[in-house]
Amino acid sequence: MTITVVYFAWVRERIGLPREEVQTEAATVADLVAELVAREERFAAAFADLSALRVAVDQELTTFDAPLAGVREVAFFPPMTGG
Amino acid sequence: MAVRVQAGCFDPGDELRRFTAALAGGNAGAVVSFTGIVRNTPSGDLQVMEIEHYPAMTAPAIAAMAETARDRWTLADALVIHRYGQLAPGAVIMMVATAARHRADAFAAAEYLMDYLKSRAPFWKKEITTSGAHWVAARDEDEQALSRW
Repeated sequence: MTITVVYFAWVRERIGLPREEVQTEAATVADLVAELVAREERFAAAFADLSALRVAVDQELTTFDAPLAGVREVAFFPPMTGG
Repeated sequence: MAVRVQAGCFDPGDELRRFTAALAGGNAGAVVSFTGIVRNTPSGDLQVMEIEHYPAMTAPAIAAMAETARDRWTLADALVIHRYGQLAPGAVIMMVATAARHRADAFAAAEYLMDYLKSRAPFWKKEITTSGAHWVAARDEDEQALSRW
């Protein structure tokens, strides 16, 4: 399946791109992260500490064990600082 | 209820006046509003506050918070405006307004919305100062503030 993966704030800066289309058979967000980390050092650096990251699946906040079946978009970003 | 996520500036006074004027029939006895301003650093060297957001998620996420607040405190109306982009120190970043029959509900709903906007709306702040740029870290107190709701 093809999933759009989007990055924000320092995650985007560390990886060096705002979004990409990823071809994957990952079952969960954590599996997708493992595939990304295995690619290149910049991904490994961005995902080094998952406790410092948040994830949204199809624009809903969720956890790293969330399943990816039928999912179109996954977003990775640091804890939010709105207001 | 209205949620606006925008780059452009707005006048909180004008917004509040329109919000209050639109309350029909006298069902709301209380209006509470909060306005957020770009705060300078303690040393005063902030040049720009850059606010990034997740366009596909921001407005729906805030609308869901506003609906929760409306149902929980029986609000007559609610308004959230939040800006993104490059903001100068002293600029208005955002505002929240709530209207309810009684003031306790209007205050509580406004605080609830502020607490959730801080930690659950997909915005990220970056401070550009004369000595460099850095992402503003989320504060533990902001996360803990959610537990009271």
